[in-house]
Amino acid sequence: METKIVVIGAICATALLLAGCTSTGSQYYWGEYEDLVYKTHHNPDEVPPSVQIEKLQADIDKAKASGKPVPPGIYAHLGLMHAAQGDKELALQSLMKEKELFPESAVFINGIIQRSMTSS
Amino acid sequence: MYILKVALVSIVLLSGCATIEPYNYGPLKQAAPRSILVLPPMNSSVEVSAPYTYLSTVTRPLAEKGYYVFPVSVVDTFLKENGLPTPAEMNGIALDKIDEIIGADAVLYVDIQDWGQKFQVLSSVTVVQGSVRLVSVKTGELLWAAPINAQYNPNNNSSGGLLGALVVAVVSQIAGEISDNTPQVARMANNMAFNSAKRGLLNGPYKIEKSSY
Repeated sequence: METKIVVIGAICATALLLAGCTSTGSQYYWGEYEDLVYKTHHNPDEVPPSVQIEKLQADIDKAKASGKPVPPGIYAHLGLMHAAQGDKELALQSLMKEKELFPESAVFINGIIQRSMTSS
Repeated sequence: MYILKVALVSIVLLSGCATIEPYNYGPLKQAAPRSILVLPPMNSSVEVSAPYTYLSTVTRPLAEKGYYVFPVSVVDTFLKENGLPTPAEMNGIALDKIDEIIGADAVLYVDIQDWGQKFQVLSSVTVVQGSVRLVSVKTGELLWAAPINAQYNPNNNSSGGLLGALVVAVVSQIAGEISDNTPQVARMANNMAFNSAKRGLLNGPYKIEKSSY
C-alpha cells in the first residue's frame, strides 16, 4: 500500500516537473519575439522589417490587453527594425522606451543613439 | 515491471533534488547582477545553425528569472557592424570593453558541443548538449555555470514508458508548428538548467514572486 502511494506520488511529481516545460505562468507577454529572433537569423526573407514591426506592435498591444509587461528587448528590437527601414524618429522613440522600461540598458542604448547621430 | 521502472526513474529524478550538492552561490549573491549580456554561442557541433537557434531560446528563461537581458539580435547586429563578424570574435571581447560599451553586469557565455537530429538504427533523436557560464563583467569571476543537456526521441514509446510518453506529449504539444524541433529541445535543456532546484540560477531584481504557490 505504502509503495503504491510512493509510486503514484513519484509519477505525479515527475509529471509536474515535466509539465513545467510548458508552463504558461510567465511573468512577461512573449508573443512572437522568440520566433522573430529565430527567423531574423535563419529565414530573414520571411521577416522583413515591415513584417517584424507589425508583429511586435501587435504583441505590445496584446501585452497591454493581457495585463502583462512586455519583456526586455522588445522595444530595442522594434527600434532596430525601424532603423532598418530608415525611420530614425520611430527608431529613437522605441529605443528610448526600452531604456525607460529597463534602465539597465542605458549605456548600450545611449551608445547606439549617439553613434547613429554622429554617423548621419 | 513497467511501473517499477517508471517509479525508479521518477525516484532517481526526484531524490536527485535531495542528494545533489547545492551550487555555491556566494559569488553570485555578492555580485547580484541586474543585467545579462548573452553572446552568440561558440559552436563545436557540426550544425552551423546551432548558435543562433540557441540564442533565440535563451532570452526568455533569463528574463523570467528576473534579469534584464540585452536584446540578442540588436547586440549581434551591433557587434557585426563594429567589426566582429562571428561568435568566436564576439566571445573574445574584453570585459572592460563590454562594461564600457554595453554596460552589462554579467555575460552569459554559451558553448555548444552537440546539436541536432541524430539518425540511429531504428529511430532518430534530437540532441542539445552544451554548457553555459555566467561571468561578472566587473571582476571576471565565475558567478554560475550549468550543463545544457536534453534529448528528444519521438519514437521512444518502447524504452521510455510513461516518462518517455510524457516527454513526447510535452514536446509535440509545443513543437507542432515548426519542423525544426531543436528550439523546443533547447528550451527543455534551459528549463532544467536555469530552474534546477539546487543548482539553478538565482532570481534577479525583476522577478515577481507568485503569491499563488
